Amino acid sequence: MNETIMRLLMIAVVLGGALFIASGLIWLERRLLGLWQDRYGPNRVGPFGTFQVVADMIKVFTKEDWVPPFADKAVFVLAPAVIVATILMPFAVIPFAPAMQVINLNVGLLFFLAMSALGVYSVTLAGWSSASKYSLLGGLRAAAQMLSYEVFMGLSLVGVVLLSGSFSLGRIVEAQQGLWFCIPQFFGLVVFVIAGVAETHRLPFDLPEAESELVAGFHSEYSGMKFGMFFVGEYLGVTLVSAMITTLFFGGWMGPLLPPVVWFLLKTFFFICFFILLRASLPRPRYDQLMALGWKVMLPLSLMNIVITGGILLARG
Amino acid sequence: MVETNIADELKRVFAEGVIACQQTADNVPTLWIDPERAVDVLRYLRSGIESPYAMLFDLTAVDERDRTHRSGLPDADFTVVYHLLSPGRNKDIRIKTGLRGDYPSARSMTGIWPNADWYEREAWDMFGITFEGHPHLRRILMPPSWEGHPLRKEHPARATEIGPFRLPAVREEEEQGALRFRPEEWGMKRHGEDTDFMFLNLGPQHPGTHGLLRIILELDGEEIVDSVLDIGYHHRAAEKMAERQSWHTFIPYTDRIDYLGGVLNNLPYVLAVEQLAGITAPEKAMVIRVMMCELFRIASHLVWYGTFAQDVGALSPVFYMFTDRERVFQIIEAVCGGRMHPSWFRIGGVAHDLPRGWDRLVREFLDYLPPRLDEYDGMVMKNSILRARTKGIGRYTLQEAVDWGVTGPGLRACGLEWDFRKKRPYSGYELFEFDIPTAVHGDCYDRGLVRIEEMRQSLRIIEQCLKNMPEGPYKSDHPLATPPRKERTMHDIETLITHFLNVSLGPVMPAGESFFGIEAAKGCNGYYLISDGGTASYRTRIRTPSFSHLQMVPHISRGLMIPDLIAILGSIDFVLADVDR
Repeated sequence: MNETIMRLLMIAVVLGGALFIASGLIWLERRLLGLWQDRYGPNRVGPFGTFQVVADMIKVFTKEDWVPPFADKAVFVLAPAVIVATILMPFAVIPFAPAMQVINLNVGLLFFLAMSALGVYSVTLAGWSSASKYSLLGGLRAAAQMLSYEVFMGLSLVGVVLLSGSFSLGRIVEAQQGLWFCIPQFFGLVVFVIAGVAETHRLPFDLPEAESELVAGFHSEYSGMKFGMFFVGEYLGVTLVSAMITTLFFGGWMGPLLPPVVWFLLKTFFFICFFILLRASLPRPRYDQLMALGWKVMLPLSLMNIVITGGILLARG
Repeated sequence: MVETNIADELKRVFAEGVIACQQTADNVPTLWIDPERAVDVLRYLRSGIESPYAMLFDLTAVDERDRTHRSGLPDADFTVVYHLLSPGRNKDIRIKTGLRGDYPSARSMTGIWPNADWYEREAWDMFGITFEGHPHLRRILMPPSWEGHPLRKEHPARATEIGPFRLPAVREEEEQGALRFRPEEWGMKRHGEDTDFMFLNLGPQHPGTHGLLRIILELDGEEIVDSVLDIGYHHRAAEKMAERQSWHTFIPYTDRIDYLGGVLNNLPYVLAVEQLAGITAPEKAMVIRVMMCELFRIASHLVWYGTFAQDVGALSPVFYMFTDRERVFQIIEAVCGGRMHPSWFRIGGVAHDLPRGWDRLVREFLDYLPPRLDEYDGMVMKNSILRARTKGIGRYTLQEAVDWGVTGPGLRACGLEWDFRKKRPYSGYELFEFDIPTAVHGDCYDRGLVRIEEMRQSLRIIEQCLKNMPEGPYKSDHPLATPPRKERTMHDIETLITHFLNVSLGPVMPAGESFFGIEAAKGCNGYYLISDGGTASYRTRIRTPSFSHLQMVPHISRGLMIPDLIAILGSIDFVLADVDR
């Protein structure tokens, strides 16, 4: 009984925490971009503009919830829910601290990959059901981009699994005692970060919604809270990928002096800021260039990484 | 052989075909040609002679029916004017064909120059002149449902001359229906060999088009099979307005043609008027004009730089460059009082003397910008993603550039060192030391490189202005200079009368024709003015660079993808007000 209540409490904390961080990111990103772009960013509502998020929420919730008459209604409504659900699910398997985890699945890593693969549906279906040409182009780009980067994301993590000998995220963190995987698995890290950016379709890989080309890409026809779901989904995705980078390559909760959960949050925060910095500094490659990069550079790189890691492990016996 | 008089040569070759030679204030050889022989004459000039007149620089028409000062000119109701430019000779020639009748027709030149396409459509749209043999002779600037041809003299110039505008539901339906794109009308197919094409409306409202521009794309996947540009959303009839404004009060309208160019737009207009009236601006006015023009050139290029980076997907540069542009505007504001559209040049000089302390502002800016430009090189132009997106994209050869009437950075990016400031120095540019940057590939990236180096050269020019600003008056003493100088008006009756008339009615310019083209930020901006001896121009033709540059887009974007098209649009650096006028 007590166990069940603790579980439920844990779920509430993780769910609330993830959503809180994601919405906070909206403010953080705008302020950081402002800082890097020689301007202020939102600074009017509340201290340092932090209540901007609340104001945005009120706006998004009270907007007309409109479905275009030409859209495929059921799919159109379903699509934004899918992205939020599939990104929230993997938070359940992330170990925030030694005992802080909703569930310790022994296939946690596979669960994460499976869930993020499902996210493609949301974007593709949104583009398809909108019955608009810009949305369709965005959806097609999203499908191609996310499917191919899914492949490299999975392959880049094989090295981590080989080294730790487990798919459980908790075990992977424990295996990094002494040496974080970012050093032996450097190439895996590079591929994973790039694939992570592509998965969350953030600049420089925001091709599905490339503003100067496709207006808003797959969510051109969305407004109100349905658009808000995509918006929050994107920030949840950033949080998730940052948390996974921390867990898989940077020793998760491990660190001296401070409590484990603080270390975890600090590291995750660092990678979130890195994501925002990427957005502030890089232009966007073309669609075919992105695919070429994936299949001609990332795929061989991750395969090499597996061969070398496996070879070394074999040699060591 | 290049030195032979082209007028004599044409008379020798075409004998009766050359009807008359007209004397103009700009000394451009102006020949009236028999309309039947026009195609032959133009083809000969285009390809029959050594260092040919390879560029169709401008094509326009004039409604001659109300013109009174026509002595010595052949009879005509309408004239079509072909303005050709020979890069080899650095000479222009103007060919006129007189047409008779209320709705006359002429032969199309689209077979000789590809860029005659839009120019002839414009002449048809504005004057009702039919061009036989034109593939798509339809409205280009006016809405498809427009009645009448605006630049004809009988067409009203003011809204008060026609009934009030109403848009009932039925008419709204009709107007919208008229805008529907039908691929068959443009000779496009809906299906390929094994694919169906998608037709995508890019614009009129689109983040990548920098204004109201509609591009209809025929797409195979994301690949552009063909495209049609729909312009005219920004048409404000500047040329018509020139016919009802006085010579002086038209100056503010010129500012808004290329709305990023500010006083760069005033300059060709006032120079053309001064050429017509025989006014020479005083030395100080010339140097001030050069300095302000170069400041605006930098401001315009900075906007291009930022938006170009943004089109390729970089979010941040545009903010830095707008900050820098703000620095330019601080100087412009201190000098002119205005910012984007100061309307600051006057016929015969400039509006005011420079304010005290201007030199400090300029000096600070000269120290401020170069390190920033170096930083941007690393941030934007050396970025490998941007290089991959822009190198080899939107490429055209020098020959194509000349064929399509490209001027300015777009022409120099193909390797031709062609700059009106050097080739035909005006306003004292021959006294300044500066280089003409060129590039070789003629792609998006090279067009960018040329513009960035131009900013550095503009800084050099501004520095020379700063060091050598002459003393003396800032406006000419000529009686036609406006507004006339005030100091002497209260001393003698002659000056007082001139002042009163020039301020109340506006100056009367001697009858004649005058063209002046300058190197504006985007290419050659020129004004072709016809005075009939009145207080307003009889016909004002504004030759803008963006019009011919934009016309080339379908040609250079064929076979590329949508993101490439956006990069091309960014690299061309057009302003839609400059296209539509």
